[in-house]
Amino acid sequence: MNEFAVVWQHRDMIVTGFENTLIIVALGATGALVLGALLAVPLMARQRAIRAAATAYVDAMRCVPFLLFVYLIYYGLPSLGLRFDNWSTGIAALVLYNSAYMGELLRAAWADMPHEQIEAGYAFGFSGLQLFRRIILPPVLLSALPLIGNQLIQIVKDSAFLTIIAVAELTHEATAMQTTYFVPFASFIAAVALYWVTCIGIEGTVGYLNRFAEERR
Amino acid sequence: MTAYDYYSIVHAALATISISLLSILLGVPLGLGLALIRWSRVPVLNEIAIVYVSILRTCPSVTLALLLFFALPEIGISLEPVPAGILTLALGTSAFDAEIWRSALTNFPRDQYDAALSLGMRRFTRFRRVMLPQIVRSSLPALVNEMTLLIKASPAVAVLGIVEITRAAIRIGARTYQPLPPFIFALVIYSLIVFAFVRAQRAVERRYALAGAPA
Repeated sequence: MNEFAVVWQHRDMIVTGFENTLIIVALGATGALVLGALLAVPLMARQRAIRAAATAYVDAMRCVPFLLFVYLIYYGLPSLGLRFDNWSTGIAALVLYNSAYMGELLRAAWADMPHEQIEAGYAFGFSGLQLFRRIILPPVLLSALPLIGNQLIQIVKDSAFLTIIAVAELTHEATAMQTTYFVPFASFIAAVALYWVTCIGIEGTVGYLNRFAEERR
Repeated sequence: MTAYDYYSIVHAALATISISLLSILLGVPLGLGLALIRWSRVPVLNEIAIVYVSILRTCPSVTLALLLFFALPEIGISLEPVPAGILTLALGTSAFDAEIWRSALTNFPRDQYDAALSLGMRRFTRFRRVMLPQIVRSSLPALVNEMTLLIKASPAVAVLGIVEITRAAIRIGARTYQPLPPFIFALVIYSLIVFAFVRAQRAVERRYALAGAPA
């Protein structure tokens, strides 16, 4: 397997791509989770108009393929006069797209939350943002953990689409290596293996946190 | 955008739909096979199925498409873009389908299986007449959900040069310097396809409900 030796020799390319993927995923996941949590509020709002607007956003995102969404932002926003570089476009797309999914699964967890807990929060004088941050969000995040883990894996997979707008992530670097040294088999196998490792890491972390969550319940 | 541009996106939609349908036709039975291997704990194959599902579940479709298209010729299997694209989506979806089928199999009521055994049904008859109709019904909603995810992953095959909806829209945008109209039209078409799948699922479920028999 001469090919793998070539990949190992030029491993800095793959390592750079892997690091970039990890950075993109970390930023994308954090952004999507924060925005998703904020989105869960209008999704659970009592006012019909607010709820309808938030639901429309979530439904729209659930109909668009991620790649099309990336193009929409990459080519569409400049024609509205907004210009970003590839990196910010990619991360913005990842955050906006996945926040809809995060928001929806947090909403479902919130709807399943026992009402007594929230009423107890009211009784203790919590309201508004404080109620959301201290009483509602922690149990919702804990009970939605497995689903959040699945969505994180989806973010890892979505990040590969960013190769299309020339963000130097793992798949992009694997393609670059393939075209430079003509080692298609080894370079893509290396990329797939690294994606696998990333997701196993995510699954392990989520599993660990989930055990912690079960203990607290 | 001219009328021809709209037509070319609609035409590309046929590619998206046929590639997706073929991947579903391959992926769903493959997933069932994997689930049966895991359910009956076939030695060695069971472990292979576990690793297969774990890797494919986490593998981005773009990367898988590039791997299949550029790497398979190295081991003597040369695929045209369209078969490579279909294989990509089918392998990706089969890992998720396997998990869906497996959960239906493990939730299958044991007493029915024992009843079929006691009637002296052969293994294949038992599976086809007793288990299959019921696990199809219980996994259908999740399978259709996975099909809509497959359609959303299908633009990945554009990296192989297949002209499907997204790629057709990009071409028009690049030519007219107005990317927004074709993208929005493409978005509408994707929504229609996903919507059609969800409606089809509802219709099938209603037919099952009319046929009686509690799930």
